[in-house]
Amino acid sequence: MTLSVRIIPCLDVADGRVVKGVNFTNLVDAGDPVEMAALYGREGADELTFLDISASVAGRETTLDVVRRTAEQVFIPLTVGGGIRTVEDVDRLLRAGADKVSINTAAIARPELIAEIADRFGSQVLVISIDARRARTESGFEVTTHGGRESAGLDALAWVEKACELGVGEILLNSMDADGTRAGYDIGMITAVRAVSKVPLIASGGAGALEDFSAALDAGADALLAASVFHFGVHRIGDVKKHLSKNNYSVRNAHTA
Amino acid sequence: MIAILDYGSGNLRSAQRAFETSGREVLITSDFDAALNAEGLVVPGVGAFAACMNGLIAVRGDKLVRERIALKRPTLGICVGMQILFAQGIERGNHKGVGIWENTVEKLDAPILPHMGWNTVTANPSSLLFSGVENESFYFVHSYAVKKSAGECATFSHHGEDFLAAVEDGAISATQFHPEKSGDAGLQLIKNWISTL
Repeated sequence: MTLSVRIIPCLDVADGRVVKGVNFTNLVDAGDPVEMAALYGREGADELTFLDISASVAGRETTLDVVRRTAEQVFIPLTVGGGIRTVEDVDRLLRAGADKVSINTAAIARPELIAEIADRFGSQVLVISIDARRARTESGFEVTTHGGRESAGLDALAWVEKACELGVGEILLNSMDADGTRAGYDIGMITAVRAVSKVPLIASGGAGALEDFSAALDAGADALLAASVFHFGVHRIGDVKKHLSKNNYSVRNAHTA
Repeated sequence: MIAILDYGSGNLRSAQRAFETSGREVLITSDFDAALNAEGLVVPGVGAFAACMNGLIAVRGDKLVRERIALKRPTLGICVGMQILFAQGIERGNHKGVGIWENTVEKLDAPILPHMGWNTVTANPSSLLFSGVENESFYFVHSYAVKKSAGECATFSHHGEDFLAAVEDGAISATQFHPEKSGDAGLQLIKNWISTL
């Protein structure tokens, strides 16, 4: 009995449609989120993540509807992030059918939000999403906002430690240097964050070659998030799982792989 | 009809849909009589032990579960809905549970918590729930668990140490994992439970 490593496709959603940008610019429409979620479920995804990048209130309402329709047909865990600022936002998403929520900017602005959400719904629903890059901070990594364009003025490892203290259940670590490059996860960053945290760690940003996935696990990640390599068919989830299995990682059987 | 007990806890919508895949009518309710008289009752649960237990008591869910057991009516606890069936939980202080089984719900001793993700179980050979899905993985998300056997038919999993993944004990069953989030294997387990109604 071994806990399997998780493969998590991430769908960036705006106004009810899937989009994925390279470094968050040049958005390309890649389909209907509900259909894609169901497809990834059949392909053996262990979880799904929706990142709502809608700019408007109407767009976010549409996302709630996407979450509802997905939860009705796809019986694997669903995490939703993007634009969550209050406990009420979390409540709405959970009621719509999300299993977990990820928060990012709002927690940087007001760290108590972490404790508020954890107290009400439990740590297990809460993922802290951290957009980090290499910088001349104490640890060599800093937190960014605005899709990596601005510094949050926070050392990334210090932020990880604080978020864990406040009660997050999981860390989604996105390398803004690697995001969209398909040149591999930032292994040094994963290693550094793993060393200071005891909650599950999801590596994100930079997945390209199959070897990238196993390298991130070697560095201490528990789960692997990827977007464009799946959306554009560079790899299928089953291919990644076969590769990981060959490298002696436990993966859940992908029946359709 | 299957009832899912609504006591202010979590994502009931996907649980409802997952149980509906069996073709049965599924009602989300906090009404005592509706829940008592349903062919099958599902007691879900997320969040901390004490908060969950308080929510349960607010809808007289503790009495409901005991009455259903006395009437031999199938009842299924899921995740914290399983944990609160035990005598006590020690998450954030010492709290009393419904007390169907004696044991205490304790923190798992593991390097990474919560235990989050897909894990396999060692299905008890006499298990009905795991029939046909003995070797499949199920989705867990929890930091606390029961470490000793309970009921007629206990199934264990492992994260850092062995813990109870499921109990089947006459009319009452419980899973620490989320069958409604465990893909095809979970849906099969739900069908297996429904076949006992």
